[in-house]
Amino acid sequence: MIKLLPLLALLFSFNAIAELRATGDLGIVIEREDGNALIINTTEHKRLAKIEKLGDLSHASVVFSRDQRYAYVFGRDGGLTKIDMLKDAIDKRIIQAGNSIGGAISQDGKLIAVSNYTPGGIKVFSSDTLELVADIPSDYGEGLRSKVVGLVDAPGQRFVFSLFDAGEIWMADFKNPKAPAIKKFPNIGKQPYDALMSPDGHYYIAGLFGEPGLALLDLWNLDAGVKHILSDYGKDDEKLPVYKMPHLEGWAVAGDYVFAPAIGQHKVLVIDKNTWELHDTISVAGQPVFVMARPDARQVWVNFAFPDNNQVQIIDVKDLSISKTLSPGKAVLHMEFTPRGEQVWVAVRDDNQLVVYDTETLQEITRLPANKPNGIFFSSRAHKIGL
Amino acid sequence: MLVITAVLAKTSLAGEPSPERQSALRNMLNHDCGACHGLTLKGGLGPALLPEALAGKPDDFLISTILNGREGTAMPPWQPFMNRNEAAWLVEILRKSETKP
Repeated sequence: MIKLLPLLALLFSFNAIAELRATGDLGIVIEREDGNALIINTTEHKRLAKIEKLGDLSHASVVFSRDQRYAYVFGRDGGLTKIDMLKDAIDKRIIQAGNSIGGAISQDGKLIAVSNYTPGGIKVFSSDTLELVADIPSDYGEGLRSKVVGLVDAPGQRFVFSLFDAGEIWMADFKNPKAPAIKKFPNIGKQPYDALMSPDGHYYIAGLFGEPGLALLDLWNLDAGVKHILSDYGKDDEKLPVYKMPHLEGWAVAGDYVFAPAIGQHKVLVIDKNTWELHDTISVAGQPVFVMARPDARQVWVNFAFPDNNQVQIIDVKDLSISKTLSPGKAVLHMEFTPRGEQVWVAVRDDNQLVVYDTETLQEITRLPANKPNGIFFSSRAHKIGL
Repeated sequence: MLVITAVLAKTSLAGEPSPERQSALRNMLNHDCGACHGLTLKGGLGPALLPEALAGKPDDFLISTILNGREGTAMPPWQPFMNRNEAAWLVEILRKSETKP
């Protein structure tokens, strides 16, 4: 026994080491058709686990707890699932609405907000227990309820979101979670389809589908209201059909410029951040969907709507030109950069693959199997405003 | 032989799309249409496409919506990627809830 004890202790400590897992370089990949989430390691390029039965993930997004242990998956069917990335298991799961589009985590990490189409509005939950904290219906008139899009977190324990049918932006202050203070900005433009928070938490910008231009809210100057920018852009041009709505989540801010997808034109808009006027446009291979800056903002990566969705183009921010066109495969749906941007992961839905590129050489590093992947979310998002 | 080929081609044009096209159209329906209408077709930014939602809407109206899109909404025209016959087949499988592979 005396001889055995040290040996046992050694065995236990080895076991403990083997079971330890850090989460700072993990990520979640959504398999849309199967309703699964894969936990992946971005350093080792490995699939660690498959979490199943998360419902309809045809339009799913993910946010992470500030300790980077938990991933919250927002499903299309109103499902909200809290995944424990240390245990490879579902911690909690609720169905909170009938039809849902996305979510956000509060500045302090204690609240999870979900934006819903049906019934329209946002619901806010405790990130710990997923118990309901607040329900804010998006009523904008007698018997009228709007679909809610573009929900993001903002500094000051606030959430900001847009009402697609109403053409409004609302800001909900959750410093007192039991009595959120809501500020409404009406008449911001027709059909805001998505929105983003600038990475410094200063500006909230909604893209408009129903009219040219964008709606800009300066969070440092709320009294100035929402400013309509780029109203004249593309007004007289023929609008090309849009086979997939662009996403503004990864909207790229690089130096003095904001890069954004044009709607109904095969162009990326380059907006001067000082004047909010159009600086330039860059012609690209199709209707841009995601326009995302590498973390150092030297490159902007663009993917496209059907039928041009087999390509990815890389804009060199130095001279605002296309430096390369890649063909990762059939139906490129999403891209995610590693925290410091040396690599990017690309989801190729119809080829059932994740492709990892070196962003310096633009060479492929590896491919991993995933069934109909449509979203890649790395845990480094936990510490970013607006993601 | 040439005559037979021509006859066959004509038959398939007027009837159901070929198995390959059916599979491509189903994939398009689930994933590209599904981006707005939902993978389960319960709706999203676009309306639900379940049989009960389509009931009472004439075939011609639905086929025309698919082919030409709908002005003032986010629905684009799918004419460049399918013919009328294929749009009609999509309406048929939507009505019968036979959209999954």
